Amino acid sequence: MTLKEIPCGKSVKVTKVAGEGPVKRRIMDMGITKGVEVFVRKVAPLGDPVEITVRGYELSVRKADAEMIQVE
Amino acid sequence: MSITIALAGNPNSGKTTLFNALTGSNQFVGNWPGVTVEKKEGKLKGHKDVMIMDLPGIYSLSPYTLEEVVARNYLISERPDAILNIVDGTNIERNLYLSTQLMELGIPVVMAVNMMDVVEKSGDKIHIGKLSQKLGCEVVEISALKGNGVQKAAEKAIAAAGKKEGTPPVHKFAPEVEQILEAVEDKMDGTVPQEQKRFFAVKLLEKDDKIQSQMKHVPDVSEEIRQIEEEMDDDTESIITNERYAYIGAIIGECYKKHSKDKLTVSDKIDRIVTNRFLALPIFAVVMLIVYSISVTTVGTWATDWANDGVFGDGWSLFGLEIPGIPVLLESALTAVGCAAWLQGLILDGIVAGVGAVLGFVPQMLVLFIFLAFLESCGYMARIAFIMDRIFRKFGLSGKSFIPMLIGSGCGVPGIMASRTIENDRDRKMTIMTTTFIPCGAKLPIIALIAGALFGGAWWVAPSAYFVGIAAIICSGIILKKTKMFAGDPAPFVMELPAYHLPTVGNVLRSMWERGWSFIKKAGTIILLSTIFVWFTSYFGWVGGKFRMLEDMELNHSILAAIGNGVAWIFAPLGWGDWRSAVAAITGLVAKENVVGTFGILYGFAEVAEDGTEIWGTLAGSMTAAAAYSFLVFNLLCAPCFAAMGAIKREMNNVKWFWFAIGYQTLLAYAVSLCVYQLGNWMTAGVFGIGTAAAILLVIGFIYLLVRPYRESKTLDVNLKRMANAK
Repeated sequence: MTLKEIPCGKSVKVTKVAGEGPVKRRIMDMGITKGVEVFVRKVAPLGDPVEITVRGYELSVRKADAEMIQVE
Repeated sequence: MSITIALAGNPNSGKTTLFNALTGSNQFVGNWPGVTVEKKEGKLKGHKDVMIMDLPGIYSLSPYTLEEVVARNYLISERPDAILNIVDGTNIERNLYLSTQLMELGIPVVMAVNMMDVVEKSGDKIHIGKLSQKLGCEVVEISALKGNGVQKAAEKAIAAAGKKEGTPPVHKFAPEVEQILEAVEDKMDGTVPQEQKRFFAVKLLEKDDKIQSQMKHVPDVSEEIRQIEEEMDDDTESIITNERYAYIGAIIGECYKKHSKDKLTVSDKIDRIVTNRFLALPIFAVVMLIVYSISVTTVGTWATDWANDGVFGDGWSLFGLEIPGIPVLLESALTAVGCAAWLQGLILDGIVAGVGAVLGFVPQMLVLFIFLAFLESCGYMARIAFIMDRIFRKFGLSGKSFIPMLIGSGCGVPGIMASRTIENDRDRKMTIMTTTFIPCGAKLPIIALIAGALFGGAWWVAPSAYFVGIAAIICSGIILKKTKMFAGDPAPFVMELPAYHLPTVGNVLRSMWERGWSFIKKAGTIILLSTIFVWFTSYFGWVGGKFRMLEDMELNHSILAAIGNGVAWIFAPLGWGDWRSAVAAITGLVAKENVVGTFGILYGFAEVAEDGTEIWGTLAGSMTAAAAYSFLVFNLLCAPCFAAMGAIKREMNNVKWFWFAIGYQTLLAYAVSLCVYQLGNWMTAGVFGIGTAAAILLVIGFIYLLVRPYRESKTLDVNLKRMANAK
């Protein structure tokens, strides 16, 4: 499963961040790493991006990038 | 002996506030060599010999964003005496991630945990002693906003700098990673100082593509990389990132106690409403309406009119007291002393008008900047990007590009200046280049003139002008992001949504003033010089073989008319090869509304109405409908007025980029106008010539540029050598 498929209001655990290069590094730099708990807070009014809570702060991630984040 | 302390920290950690608190008004704003990232330094209050260097706000020392590369390059090659690492106490876990990287540089680090007042208020607890012990550096509690602990943090940093010894990193990764790092460190020779070895070892292991240029001897570590990647089943970059967060996760429990787990903070409550699925767009519309109506239509117009028509015009009244404008005062003074007519002209119509053109925009701009500073520092600006991202990213712009474009529909100058709020370099440059395509207030008279003279005042002309502007922005975005100039920078959109908080009046005003002043300073010269140039060429010329100064109505004898005659052929393919149109387009560069007045004078009217009703008949006789619309399109899209060009120059902060922007705009205007005229002529009059064929080819080429494939870059294209040499 990827983060993209998780509905609002659900908490999930990150298992792996796929992909490579700048986007992956940026996602991980912001604290989305293996084992961390991620809460999907809301979706932007136009349907993308999504707002998530990770490590106690709010982060905005595009759905295309959320697809790289594998969760369980 | 003077020392330099670098201020490093995450965006939104209160770094700017701390910098202001440390340095007061002793600041120098410049640019990092070779790039458009702003560089701020300042002298520490009460310490003449201590320089504070404000590094760009960064989350990491990765090689992928301009800010990060600039910051780490400075830290590696200039080696400040100490680093003051500011950490947001309300968001400590992610903030410490950068700290673990700073510790590895071999430079003394002092950590300032900011927003302690907020932390204490929420009942959370941070054990400073534990944190200091686990990270191996001095830790100070501060509140930059209230000024608490700021002086202490500065003193600790000075003391650390005096010791000359780097803070040895005490954080440890998993044993197998440590082992590999040690192996890499052993491969380095004496050209890397002992205390920097860990940093370089980590970067080599991460396959960092920018580190090799910083090393004299680059050891081959591919075997180590292969080994650890196989062992841990991940790439080295991810392994290191994981290890850092794992270490932070392991120590955070001891250092930080959260008081209430599930209670919503005030910020959360605000955000629930403000970015609510249904309320977000209406609230956004209301906020934009307020910003626009105050900074553009009401207070903004009043301020601009006051500056342009009052102070730099006929005069204004203060509580019934008539205060004459500067030109009026100067004119009577100059006449009184019997000043020569040409000198009087130079001073009044050249210099004063030029200075007026620069300063006339400032009051309105300051009003806008107050709003921008407020929206930025309260946290709403990030939400604008969040809300609008979906629409704007399709054509290579940021959600934050919305504000510059909205303001640009009033006046392009503050519109361009508003692009400063966009952090991403690529998005910002793109916004600067395309904002002036939106018809601004000064272009409306041109639209009215063409609509009235050639199209019988048809209702669709004005909306079509806006349509052309928006289409130009969208197409330019798509085309430009694929060009070499833009494709070089990766632009991941993983953005922090900072907690809302009320900014201080001082910080808002300071930001307002900094931006306003930088416009006057950096944009002023170009605006002034070009205004004087156009004044000179329009008021001097040959009459009956004699070179002399001209009257208002003798524009057709001027140097400008000669220039217009000389360049008119360029515009012949666009359908308006008449010299009058060329001259009007040139005077339009001073201010777009001049186009109408210039036509008036050239057709023999000293004064015309704003929409030029008097000359509608004459203009209709000299132009076809296709030519007139082509003229309109050209004036909408081509290089904006000098003031806006000055703003572009200021915001691009780079000569090459400035000319690229102006060149692109003019080229696009020419190409689109050519197509409009040639294709319009073909369809309405059935004329098919070389021009028509060229227009068809242009359209095909344009479509190709729009649809050609594109791949986002994986590396940041920046010339490090140039930065290193330009010390």
